[in-house]
Amino acid sequence: MTETKTALELIDIHKSFGSLEVLKGVSLSAGDGEVISILGSSGSGKSTLLRCINLLERPSQGKIRVSGEELEMKADKNGDLRAVNARQLERMRSRIGFVFQNFNLWPHKSIVENIIEAPTQVLGLPKDKAYARAEALLDRVGLLEKRDAYPANLSGGQQQRIAIARALAMEPQVLLFDEPTSALDPELVNEVLAVMRSLAEEGRTMLIVTHEMRFAREVSSQVVFLHQGQIEESGPPEDVFDRPKSQRVRDFMASHA
Amino acid sequence: MNWSWDVIIDYFPRLLDGVWVTLELVFLSGLFGLLLAVPLALMRASPNRWLRILPFGYIFFFRGTPLLVQIFLIYYGSSQFDAVRESALWPILKEPYWCAIIAFTLNTAAYSAELIRGAIQAIPKGELEAADAFGMSKALKIRRIVLPRAFGIVLPAYGNELILMLKSSSLASTITLLDITGAARTIIARTYTPLEIFFAAGMLYLVISAIMIGGFRLLERRLNRHQHYRGPDEVAKVDPRLAE
Repeated sequence: MTETKTALELIDIHKSFGSLEVLKGVSLSAGDGEVISILGSSGSGKSTLLRCINLLERPSQGKIRVSGEELEMKADKNGDLRAVNARQLERMRSRIGFVFQNFNLWPHKSIVENIIEAPTQVLGLPKDKAYARAEALLDRVGLLEKRDAYPANLSGGQQQRIAIARALAMEPQVLLFDEPTSALDPELVNEVLAVMRSLAEEGRTMLIVTHEMRFAREVSSQVVFLHQGQIEESGPPEDVFDRPKSQRVRDFMASHA
Repeated sequence: MNWSWDVIIDYFPRLLDGVWVTLELVFLSGLFGLLLAVPLALMRASPNRWLRILPFGYIFFFRGTPLLVQIFLIYYGSSQFDAVRESALWPILKEPYWCAIIAFTLNTAAYSAELIRGAIQAIPKGELEAADAFGMSKALKIRRIVLPRAFGIVLPAYGNELILMLKSSSLASTITLLDITGAARTIIARTYTPLEIFFAAGMLYLVISAIMIGGFRLLERRLNRHQHYRGPDEVAKVDPRLAE
């Protein structure tokens, strides 16, 4: 693992909302093809950490590197960091796929339009290529027949599979999943996890914030446990799940067994 | 009572000329007003405080004073300034037609800007975050996501605004324009048949409103088709009998 290239590197990320410090210095590095699950109880800062990576949330301190390229940031008057160069931020964001808890498909666009939107508009991919790519991805997530439907006509699980296809259409170097199954009915969770599992198997670099313990254990190469804005424990899943060193992690695992 | 259909029939062509003037006033000021309202709305919805404050005074004035006063201010008021009379704009500002269009435009832009601002702010935040997460620039996000979404949301309210403007356009008759109301008044001055001619004028407004309502309904179905679309298999899921 030490030999692989680093796809994503977070160094000492801090984030405060007013006087509330949500992240207290989190460092994390994901090698190419690594799948890292971020666990922790609610309020531990795991979603905030994920959202800081592409500046949906602005960190107060820290460094972010994608494939070795560091995002240039400087502090604004509120003490939060903002990108120095909007172009660089846009370019780095376009290389990071983000899958939201609430899917966030664009409801005024059909399914296929949702998928080709960013590749054609942001990357400048020709339309015919974008359509071909979109159809291949729709086929892959098993929803080719929904090509011309609208998001409102799909179930939550279907919408999340489309959202994953939409992220993949950018051919991102890293995929971030922010509790991708938390808004779904229990019987719809598995269809989304199946898609994510196949992505992990083909060697995609993924960071996953999740409450699906069994899934995290099966697909992760590394598990990070966040508690009160700091990494409480991290390591291979068999260590963190079966032989946790910290009492806090032991309690958490016991309550999520 | 002495009702005469003949006077309506005789003067109907004159009223129809007025219809064209009314339609021109509504269409041109609606178009210019919308072009002005979109950037104003974006400013009003901006996270930047200064951009937000800038259009406030303008919108406050035009929403808080009567349209008739605004028309008079522009038509009678502008000629009081030597600077205006000597400027390149004078050929436009001395025409009642253009004064009416300017007043209507500024008035409807103020109302529409607030409607569109509300629509922009009603877009769920997650949809905008998705645009950010894909690396869209601000301009691209506004063009591809914010405005198309806002137009879909604002459409019913905007249709209402245009119909209000159609009826307000009768105020143009006070500065000598021969729109429907203006034409009616000149005809009545000659024929002394206010009941018949105002009845006919009212009917003409009613017909135009009906057409506008229908047009907006079609537009809404088209722009918001994502809310109504049912593919055959979705329909079958709701009720298998419907798919047949």
